Amino acid sequence: MTEQHSDLTSEEVVDTSEVPITDPRLRVRDFSLWYGQDTALRNVNMVVPGQQVTAFIGPSGCGKSTLLRCFNRMNDLIPDVTTAGTISLDGQDILSPSLDVSQLRQRVGMVFQRPNPFPKSVFENVAFGLRLHGKLPQSELEDRVESALRRAALWDEVKDRLSDSALGLSGGQQQRLVIARAIAVEPQVLLLDEPASALDPISTLKIEELISQLKLDYTIVIVTHNMQQAARVSDFTAFLYLGELVEFGLTEAVFTNPQKQRTEDYITGRYG
Amino acid sequence: MSGRAIQTSASSVGSWFRSGDPWIWLTASAVAIALLAMLGLMALIGVRALANFWPSDVVQITYTDPSQRSATVYLGEVVERETIARSQYMEATGLTVADVGDAATFDRLLLKTGNRRIAGADFIWLYERNISALTRPVDAVVVERREWGNAYGLSDSTPQNGSSLDGLVLWLPAGGQLPVAATDVVRFWQPNAMTLTDKLTHYFGGIARFLTEYPREANTEGGVYPAIFGTVLMVMIMSVLVTPFGVLAALYLHEYAKPGPIVRFTRIAVNNLAGVPSIVYGVFGLGFFVYVIGGSIDQLFFDDRLPAPTFGTPGLLWASLTLALLTLPVVVVSTEEGLSRAPRALREGSLALGATKAETLWRVVLPVASPSILTGIILAVARAAGEVAPLMLVGVVKLAPALPVDGEFPFVHLERKFMHLGFHIYDVGFQSPNIEAAKPVLFATALLLVSIVLILNLSAYALRARLERRYRGVQQS
Repeated sequence: MTEQHSDLTSEEVVDTSEVPITDPRLRVRDFSLWYGQDTALRNVNMVVPGQQVTAFIGPSGCGKSTLLRCFNRMNDLIPDVTTAGTISLDGQDILSPSLDVSQLRQRVGMVFQRPNPFPKSVFENVAFGLRLHGKLPQSELEDRVESALRRAALWDEVKDRLSDSALGLSGGQQQRLVIARAIAVEPQVLLLDEPASALDPISTLKIEELISQLKLDYTIVIVTHNMQQAARVSDFTAFLYLGELVEFGLTEAVFTNPQKQRTEDYITGRYG
Repeated sequence: MSGRAIQTSASSVGSWFRSGDPWIWLTASAVAIALLAMLGLMALIGVRALANFWPSDVVQITYTDPSQRSATVYLGEVVERETIARSQYMEATGLTVADVGDAATFDRLLLKTGNRRIAGADFIWLYERNISALTRPVDAVVVERREWGNAYGLSDSTPQNGSSLDGLVLWLPAGGQLPVAATDVVRFWQPNAMTLTDKLTHYFGGIARFLTEYPREANTEGGVYPAIFGTVLMVMIMSVLVTPFGVLAALYLHEYAKPGPIVRFTRIAVNNLAGVPSIVYGVFGLGFFVYVIGGSIDQLFFDDRLPAPTFGTPGLLWASLTLALLTLPVVVVSTEEGLSRAPRALREGSLALGATKAETLWRVVLPVASPSILTGIILAVARAAGEVAPLMLVGVVKLAPALPVDGEFPFVHLERKFMHLGFHIYDVGFQSPNIEAAKPVLFATALLLVSIVLILNLSAYALRARLERRYRGVQQS
């Protein structure tokens, strides 16, 4: 699959040292990943800055979701995955087999493409993560659920139906509920895997507004198919193609002045 | 154009076959036959079971036996009418062709005359052509006795129903009298003098007594309370045993075991357990639970009572365990089905919040699987409630001296033998000396058992529908 792009190899490693990052949170070094015999990611080097929004763009199958799912080790669920290289969160190796994966996932929250609220009440959905990590007094639990729902810009819509089933909410509300659920446990990093691709334009707009709010508190990594969305919400953009990181930089720079031909082809819609 | 028209008209049968209509008729008639068979069975059991509680009229019949020539007076209830052929009539009465005349068929009725102790038999077939008089005497009394079945007679004084009495003296229409001691009377009634309200009261009273009383007369009369109690208690203990066991086994098979030939083989083996004849479970239960485990318990804890066994003999616990084993596949299979219905997205959502696999299973996957688990349990219960064969080996008896639950420490006596509705049907239907007299109990017990199983199955459907409505949004993804 890499036959025609064999020119892009290690001698042409993407130079991310030029990218003006002041507060590195996640650091990916020489990272490769294989599903069985198939290479999904090859020699990725990048840094995810803290309190910023980083977007992963690229055509389907380029490995952007795979890379995202490495940040909270969701790939552990897939059998026959092997990796090489390191990923560290605040200097700590998160690929280490001895790492407590549940603790990592508390620090690195994730929101999926399709809203996946639990078949429980709105309140219980948000309280789910809080209940996992020790028993809180009811009043504190309620405060933290309310605060999470407020930060997810959902409180006003659901405050009167906290005990109703979350499955009764609209798709957009469900997705914001899932975001509230993720931020209720106070993660440092929030991974968003195409969070708006299953939503209508108005709900998408709300999610995008929410993302720009949330970046004040969290480091956000978002995978998106939608180039305009990446341009609107992100501060940094990484372009992946066929498992390799082609370009990484300030969003403005990547979109207005791409350094690589492939990036330009992709963002101008020539393929992908 | 014309060629096509000729072709269709020439092979109208062939085109009918090709249209697919016969297929619809064939399949629909299969459904119709199945439905008819089921409704017929239910109607037969239902009518015969429920009709027997009705206080039917007592008739007094003057009858001339065809082979003798003298008239006899009979008193009793008509329980059955039928028409028999000439040859059967001749065989039954021992008459010759000359005596019979030229009628091709003969009507006869079965009269329940009771008074077994005097008459020897309490049922008699009477040929309608030989009946010279049929009346409904208002003073006819039916007495349900503790022993010897019903007594039928005439009473000159009107006995007060329900009051304590010194006993009854019944006048027999054929002459003589029949005293019934007060201690021997269960209840008595004068059906020919009863109003509709009286009869309804009697009817529902009879049903209530059937459900709440102990059996009498070798189970052929009285109620089935101990059998209901035994069935329900056994099924409850079985559910308590099989549920955790089955759910845990399914969890391991579906969630933890690494898919491969061993898991596949285990799953096939579990499914095949459902096909093992139930009597085999009975033999296994007797050999393993009763003799091996029960015998060991006796040696360890009830040493002083040996050689009289305590747990080393068939009993409630072993019956429940045997049926738990028998219904295990149902619970495992439906739990696995439920687990596979929990969408991957939900599991990932929980894991991504930092839940461990165990927490995810417990808090997210099991609730979503709960409709299937509950369905499995109720199907297991329905199966266990109707099972008879293995129980005969591991703890059911035709008459248990005591209920397995009483006021005596430790209150629940798992080592005791118990009665069971299914076995009751077998016992009453095939082991009783007086089958005609046992019929009412037989049909009523059958109806009761079928109703219990039906209610359990219906509640399984209702419960499943309700839980599925709650998790409907989940099923879509």
